[in-house]
Amino acid sequence: MTELAEAGALRGARLRLSTALWQRPWLKLSLLLALPAAGFAVVYLGALVSLFISAFWEVDAFTAEVIHTWSLDNFRTLWEDHTYWRITGRTIGIAAAVTITDALLAFPLAYFMARFASRRTRAALFVLVLLPLWSSYLVRIYAWRTILAKNGALNWALNAIGLPDANIAYTNWAMWIVFSYVWLPFMILPVYSALERIPDNYLEASQDLGAKGSRTLRSIILPLALPGIVAGSIFTFSLTLGDFITPALVGGAGSSFIGNVVEEQVGQPNIPFAAAFATVPVVVMAIYLAIARRLGAFEAL
Amino acid sequence: MNKATKRFAVWAVFALLTAALAVTAAGCGGGGGDDKSSSESKSNLPSSIGPGEGVLNLVEWPYYSDPGFAKKFEQDSGCKIHRKDAGSSNQMVSLMRAGGGGGGGQWDLVSASGDASLRLIRGGDVKEVNVDLIPSWKNFIPIFKSPAHNTVDDKHYGVSLQWGPNVLLYNTTKVKPGPTEWGALYDANHKGQITIPNNPIQIADAAFYLMHSQPDLGIKDPYELNQKQFDATIALLKEQRKLVKLYWNYDTDGRAAFANGDVSLGAIWPVDTLALQDKKVPVKEVIPADGATGWADSWMLAKKAPHPNCAYLWMKYVTTPKVQAQQALIFGETPVNPKACSFMDDIQSGSCAKYHLNEPLDYYDTIKFWKTPIAECGNGKDDCMDYNAWQKAWTQVTG
Repeated sequence: MTELAEAGALRGARLRLSTALWQRPWLKLSLLLALPAAGFAVVYLGALVSLFISAFWEVDAFTAEVIHTWSLDNFRTLWEDHTYWRITGRTIGIAAAVTITDALLAFPLAYFMARFASRRTRAALFVLVLLPLWSSYLVRIYAWRTILAKNGALNWALNAIGLPDANIAYTNWAMWIVFSYVWLPFMILPVYSALERIPDNYLEASQDLGAKGSRTLRSIILPLALPGIVAGSIFTFSLTLGDFITPALVGGAGSSFIGNVVEEQVGQPNIPFAAAFATVPVVVMAIYLAIARRLGAFEAL
Repeated sequence: MNKATKRFAVWAVFALLTAALAVTAAGCGGGGGDDKSSSESKSNLPSSIGPGEGVLNLVEWPYYSDPGFAKKFEQDSGCKIHRKDAGSSNQMVSLMRAGGGGGGGQWDLVSASGDASLRLIRGGDVKEVNVDLIPSWKNFIPIFKSPAHNTVDDKHYGVSLQWGPNVLLYNTTKVKPGPTEWGALYDANHKGQITIPNNPIQIADAAFYLMHSQPDLGIKDPYELNQKQFDATIALLKEQRKLVKLYWNYDTDGRAAFANGDVSLGAIWPVDTLALQDKKVPVKEVIPADGATGWADSWMLAKKAPHPNCAYLWMKYVTTPKVQAQQALIFGETPVNPKACSFMDDIQSGSCAKYHLNEPLDYYDTIKFWKTPIAECGNGKDDCMDYNAWQKAWTQVTG
């Protein structure tokens, strides 16, 4: 008898709980998401928050230990010393140049893959686009270093057709080429998926209404592909913005990125200053993402 | 619950989480550094080396525990070596400082160069070593017994190991006649042909050059520069930047630039000369008559070394003449134990003289060994530029 009553009570409690959850869907959702959200908060936000906090600390010049007093000195140094402006400008400038280059290179290829290529060609092209990602990023950078070197393949080819040496090893040009190469697949894929989604009848309608190819491209294809291009640009821009390996390996005198200075300061060790400088790309990316959202990039992801 | 309340709740949870994390982060950071200030007293030093713990964890320059000589140590002592190769002095310092400093309770020894060693001592990452337990120490070339880069207030924080000069390397087919002075690295005729290490300690090389070319600046020690001397040095380096093709981060990068023909002269290490000559690259190194800056490495004992006995056994082993000779010839550097001379000649005839191990003591006056710049100049004044200033200025020069 008591057993039955207990079972009934348990059943009742379960029922009440499920009713409560059913009546309040937000509660169900938050219970479901609490654990992953907490993990996310600790791993991502925790890292960002502790980074941001240590940016206000200082380092003892004698022991190089972190002193936990609050000050804006690191940010003042960043603001007043034009070295850091120069480095930030270079980083953003090259990231922007790489993004534009990749967009220009990716669009025709993605367009061909999405609209003209047969199923088989498309698969082959996908493999070719993704193939470089199978090998290490470092290997590809070192490969470029040997290509661009004075005794490298590029100059050999130039000389063979009677042209003089192109002295681009260890310059910002070298960085631009290598970055554009390594991040290109990250632009092609989102642009492809945006172009693939354009219904054929839009293009036919455009033609029927008497628009020429260029007009169709300008008024139909580009606006519809834009979210994909912007989504791809988030990858190319942010990956370039945060890189320090390519500048260290193929850059020359005056090729430092924000990441290189951060790495040097971490090693010095001056973590607070590194943290202060590391907030710059975070702010740049926040602005960039806000603009990208406006342009509808997240609908294409 | 309406929409506004819901949104408020979400933001409240988010804010609480962030605040909690902030407090945790601040707390973690705050607690870390407290135990570092206590100083070691002489009585804490071990008076003998106990039995090995079976493991030895090293932070080292690549090949500093080359199996060529380390295998025998592992067999004899029973200490299995776990090595972590570091690519730069900065990386060594960060490794030793990670996990709350003192080697994080993970590392036993670090093969620190002179531009890192004082930072490790000041930061409390290494502890005093009883050099009486290292028999070869008595035989060291005198300047390496208690050099300023590993001995502070008569306390030894490590034992000297090997040293080498920073040499002027040039491509013999492209630079004619071959340079004989450091001035070649500041000569506009070599624009776009020069490579220089990407390391703030490189400021000392420019100061060393000014020491001889502009005596009126009064530079006595290239690591002790007052504001005026420092400014003159940085101005010279900013001029030099226009000529520099590459500031190499790892010596292998500098090596590649020589091998690929991208640069034809620069400052680099003897080990790279040997590697390039092995590959038949037409290069030659010179140490100008004025002398050179140089690096000297020490094995330094981590404050929280988990296997101190193995660490002492290793320091004892690598300073013995034969091992000194083996390591010197593997890496292309010079032992601190002069008894290694005959062993070097046994392995490779003439190598003792080639690596300057048989030089008279006054030879070492021409080599200015790396040490971390600090504000105290040693003359009672505190007007020298410290390493923070060096790092900052170096970023301004190269960035």
